[in-house]
Amino acid sequence: MDAGAGPLEHPAQQDYEERLIQRIRDGEHEAFYVLIRPYEKRVYAAALALLRNGADAEDCAQEAVLKALKNIRQFRSEAKFSTWLIQIAVNEARMRRRKQRSDLIEPIEKDLAEESTYAPREFADWREIPSETLERKEVREKLAEALSSIGEIYREVFVLRDMEQLSIEETAKALGISTASVKTRLLRARLMLRDLLAPGLGGPWSRDLSFAKGVKPW
Amino acid sequence: MVINCERVWREVSDYLDGEVDPELKAAIEEHVLGCQRCTAVVDGLRNVVQLYGDERMMEVPAGFSRRLHQRLEGDMSRSRRTFLGWAVAAAASVLVAGGIEVARSSVFGRPSLRSEHARPSNRVPPDMMVIVAEDGKTFHVAGCPFIHDKPRLRTIPAREAEQEGYAPCVRCMKKYLDATASSGANPPNEKLA
Repeated sequence: MDAGAGPLEHPAQQDYEERLIQRIRDGEHEAFYVLIRPYEKRVYAAALALLRNGADAEDCAQEAVLKALKNIRQFRSEAKFSTWLIQIAVNEARMRRRKQRSDLIEPIEKDLAEESTYAPREFADWREIPSETLERKEVREKLAEALSSIGEIYREVFVLRDMEQLSIEETAKALGISTASVKTRLLRARLMLRDLLAPGLGGPWSRDLSFAKGVKPW
Repeated sequence: MVINCERVWREVSDYLDGEVDPELKAAIEEHVLGCQRCTAVVDGLRNVVQLYGDERMMEVPAGFSRRLHQRLEGDMSRSRRTFLGWAVAAAASVLVAGGIEVARSSVFGRPSLRSEHARPSNRVPPDMMVIVAEDGKTFHVAGCPFIHDKPRLRTIPAREAEQEGYAPCVRCMKKYLDATASSGANPPNEKLA
């Protein structure tokens, strides 16, 4: 029923994708290029969020796309192709992360904080930011840096929900956690990012950016 | 219902996602009106969601598409090894790569669309009344938490909003359309509260 979960999609888009998928299943593999083209960035973004390393993320994204092609017959049209593809990328990234970790000493992840409430620390006024701000590379880099600094369990929920625009249910399914956990982690991720980014004393914006001396970047 | 700051901080994320009941929504809005700290929290969270939700935050390294397609080509040609298949694949990848360049340049030439996610959808009934802000980029259902506290809001039909270059808000419009689609109801004309 939740056909519109994620980005707003043209209803014709899904029909079009279903026809492409049928052509691929019939052996016309070249149609796969057309099918994945709109989602390449999203696959890479999901992999990068989980792996935090560009080269690993690229290899992971390629592998995920290849797996999608190989398993295209298993795709069921009641799901959206984009969601299915992102889920493959998430699984691939998680598998690699586990493998990387097994080579290292297992980090002790204490997420006691998940049960306790997170109170905002930063109350600087942060009015609407014009989206043109994102044309500036240093702003995008600051946002990416803040995102990579928050805990893994928060980062993956935030990326799937707020960047990939999956619904709460789809995010829960992709990560194998409950919708209640998605909501709790999402709240915390958003609050932490806000604290990291809201301009103010001690915030990374005021320390590192040349324009930050009394002038907000927006 | 009267609520305190801590309650607002617990609910603020669900509030932005439209996941709170109308009574709590009203209570949050009333509290925020008179509380500078909570205004900062709600505004900041909204900024976080909007900034990270922008397509420009999804950058890929230079040559990413080309390398992906090369790997796919390699995989496909290994699996089939027919010259015709390879030629078609190579031609398709050139076309696709060209298409991506065209698409990229057209994205920058069309700043009116906030993101690819928010491309106009014919699911929005053209006569439905929606809210736009003069300096905004998206149109909303009345009451959407993503309408910033703006002085110049207009209520216009969706058709006009799209003609003027506004894209549907990925949050409220999607939720609204899903709800009307599942209830089978005709979308009523929304009024400004």
